[in-house]
Amino acid sequence: MKYIEWQGFIPGKWSNDEVDVRDFIQKNYTPYEGDGSFLKPATEATKKLWDEILELSRKEREAGGVLDADTSVVSNLTSHAPGYIDKDLEKIVGLQTDKPFKRALQPFGGIKMAEQALSLYGYQIDPEIKHIFTNYRKTHNDGVFDVYTPEMRLARRAHILTGLPDAYGRGRIIGDYRRVALYGVDYLIKQKEEDKSLIDGEMTPEKIRNREEIADQIKALKRLKLMAESYGCDISKPAGTAKEAIQATYFGYLGAIKDQNGAAMSIGRISTFLDIYIQRDLDNGLIDETEAQELIDHLVMKLRIVKFMRIQSYNELFSGDPTWVTEAIGGMGVDGRTLVTKNSFRILHTLRNLGPAPEPNLTVLWSKNLPLNFKRFCAQLSIDTSSVQYESDDLMRPEMGDDYAIACCVSAMRVGKDMQFFGARANLAKCLLYALNGGADEMMLDKETGKPLQVSPVYARVTSDEALDYNDVIQKFEQMTEWLAGVYVNVLNIIHYMHDKYAYEAIEMALHDSEVRRFFATGIAGLSCAADSLSAIKYAKVYPIRNEHGIIVDFKTEGDFPKYGNNDDRVDSIAVYLVKSFMNKIKKHFSYRESVKTMSILTITSNVVYGKNTGNTPDGRRAGEALAPGANPMHGRDSNGALASLESVAKLPYSYSRDGISNTFSITPNSLGKDD
Amino acid sequence: MLGRIHSIETFGTVDGPGIRFVLFLKGCPLRCLYCHNPDTWGMEGAITMEASEIIEKVLKYKNYYKNGGLTISGGEPLVQIDFLIEVCKLAKENKIHTAVDTSGITFNFNDTSKFDELIKYVDLFLLDIKHINEEKCIKLTGKSNINTLEFARYLDRNNKKMWIRQVLLPGYTSSKNDLMKTKEFIKTLKNVEKIEVLPYHTMGEVKYKNLNIPYPLKGVDTPSKELVLEANKILKGE
Repeated sequence: MKYIEWQGFIPGKWSNDEVDVRDFIQKNYTPYEGDGSFLKPATEATKKLWDEILELSRKEREAGGVLDADTSVVSNLTSHAPGYIDKDLEKIVGLQTDKPFKRALQPFGGIKMAEQALSLYGYQIDPEIKHIFTNYRKTHNDGVFDVYTPEMRLARRAHILTGLPDAYGRGRIIGDYRRVALYGVDYLIKQKEEDKSLIDGEMTPEKIRNREEIADQIKALKRLKLMAESYGCDISKPAGTAKEAIQATYFGYLGAIKDQNGAAMSIGRISTFLDIYIQRDLDNGLIDETEAQELIDHLVMKLRIVKFMRIQSYNELFSGDPTWVTEAIGGMGVDGRTLVTKNSFRILHTLRNLGPAPEPNLTVLWSKNLPLNFKRFCAQLSIDTSSVQYESDDLMRPEMGDDYAIACCVSAMRVGKDMQFFGARANLAKCLLYALNGGADEMMLDKETGKPLQVSPVYARVTSDEALDYNDVIQKFEQMTEWLAGVYVNVLNIIHYMHDKYAYEAIEMALHDSEVRRFFATGIAGLSCAADSLSAIKYAKVYPIRNEHGIIVDFKTEGDFPKYGNNDDRVDSIAVYLVKSFMNKIKKHFSYRESVKTMSILTITSNVVYGKNTGNTPDGRRAGEALAPGANPMHGRDSNGALASLESVAKLPYSYSRDGISNTFSITPNSLGKDD
Repeated sequence: MLGRIHSIETFGTVDGPGIRFVLFLKGCPLRCLYCHNPDTWGMEGAITMEASEIIEKVLKYKNYYKNGGLTISGGEPLVQIDFLIEVCKLAKENKIHTAVDTSGITFNFNDTSKFDELIKYVDLFLLDIKHINEEKCIKLTGKSNINTLEFARYLDRNNKKMWIRQVLLPGYTSSKNDLMKTKEFIKTLKNVEKIEVLPYHTMGEVKYKNLNIPYPLKGVDTPSKELVLEANKILKGE
């Protein structure tokens, strides 16, 4: 073996001059089919440390949401001296800044946002920093707005496109933080240097950019080493113990969150990987189970206190301040063995040792073939803590293999091999209203003329006051979605060009293969509202009601119509049509960096904001009322029970919505039966 | 044959074993004070469906019902016994587990022919004993408990599996003495698989409001945890 730290591991492709973490896992992990009886409670050190964190959280709440914020030091991997909560107790170290709960200053996404976020909590940005980032160092936000066309600005202002990452970090990129532990940084630098040397010959813009990006990645890796050194850790070589492996993996992640204030900053799929190190130490008698659990508890504590400075409207969009530190747990291997290990149990067990918490977003990759003991363990934990997310491994594995992770809540990517350009959402319900009104907004007026704001080019609108004709509406809707898809894709092309240019994720991309697959992740909001509205037009009689400008602002509906969420093909097929047809229109366009176009249906909280900006709809929803989250039926319209509702959602084709489909489903434990 | 249906629940988990398709039929001769579905009493506003349509719907979810099946509830499903027979028969032809949630109130021990036919196709009866004491039963439901108790004995003679259910309503069905008598009655039956205590809840109150019917139990509290435990202890002999 190349490194003594690899002693005891079964070699393979991963150890023969190729970065291949999956191969390492497959050759070395121990599937676990037993139950959770081996698990150990929190140690005294863990309890004490966690109490200190709870105390800090309390102070933070009392202070109005932010305890401390940096106003003058621009965050990067080495910007801050090491920080600790309680140095003597911490088994896993590393904070985003030099003090716990002190938020970092991250202005590369946009200086105005950074300034606003600070002032929201009563802090003032250092004038010098503001000067530099206004006059000398351009930001992502500046770049985007330099290039946006008037039409794009309109679409954004009218909120038919919402939540675009043009003013904040795009996030959603998951570095393969495990590489830091398995290979050590020096080896990764060597690999990147080789990759860079292969890009030569005619210096096309693409090659120039690739060489520059890899150069940035190498610099970031060097900084990562320095960052670890400041904590007294040497990560230049592979990790030799479980503690070192957990620490190194966390350092990789810490580098990412020091560098980027992304909307979602997943940690990836680390628990089964780390089990290999823990198992080796257990076998060698270096640690016992209590110590193993302590290491995981301490890691998770760090993941629970990830914090960013964010602006009000951001918090409104996401209903709070989520960081989406998603960890994908378990699942099945393509060879049929389960990827559940003892460490899958340990990381879930933190919900008992430290109590329930929304972060890290512990996500079980569910398969009908998971070991029964693990299924039972998860079910009980869900009943007790309501803190576990589940996703269908059986659905994602065929497309993504068995080493993918989840960005944000549902977006699957192969770790270290895929990245994505996050694209927020286009509002389909509002687009339907645009189709009826020829692209004039139903809520906003043009400030100069006082007339309805014309957002799309002027298309034929519905002029008759008779009941709306389904075929006519579909024709107009097709035209409008064609327009919307075009603006949308091009807005995203600009955003991601500029993000790469001014806020490049060097450390996260350093922990990817140099040849990476990129996803162009578009999304839609208002699916069920649009489907029910079209169903109303098709199966009932919907008469338009106009305002003084002749804009259709309300509807009178006679008769009943099938509603999405009742396993009724008459309307479910409309929902399927909406998904396919919008994705097909997205596909027609050029996407930045040859990225693979995908779509998602997964507003989990932002549906409230999208609804606020959408007028009365033909399904009877009133202006301003929330749209349903993700692919959910509209609230209260699914009247045949959960299975009918879920079956409607299950008809949506994943192949047209590969970035994920979400369905928010709450159920009280009592309604799941009377026995345990 | 057309049935008159109140509603469908595709994810029923409290009416029989496993996950179940619950078909709520319209019509009920009882007027239980604690009834939480007053909208099922009459036939007005019913959805009409063929038995075959029902089974078609159930089959759509067959995968979910591996350990469950179909429960026909109400209302009082025995009110539409011909339709009920047809649904259960079709369900069994399709290998679906069947349960009927009933009070047995329409049972006729002078002519059991229809019941003889029905029980061929029903795997489990969820039998709600409203009250063991006849007088109190009349007060509570408007009808005597004779048919219910006879129906229980009839099912037992025919070796049909039963789950006995008892709604626990403080001041009405909660007396120790009555519960012990109920237990004694249950002891005379040999096919009771399970005894369920259903604590009274007020979730039906809003329906009364919507139907403009005065709520008969205004001011009656839901049973305390202790009372529920106590009733369970007595009825289940735990």
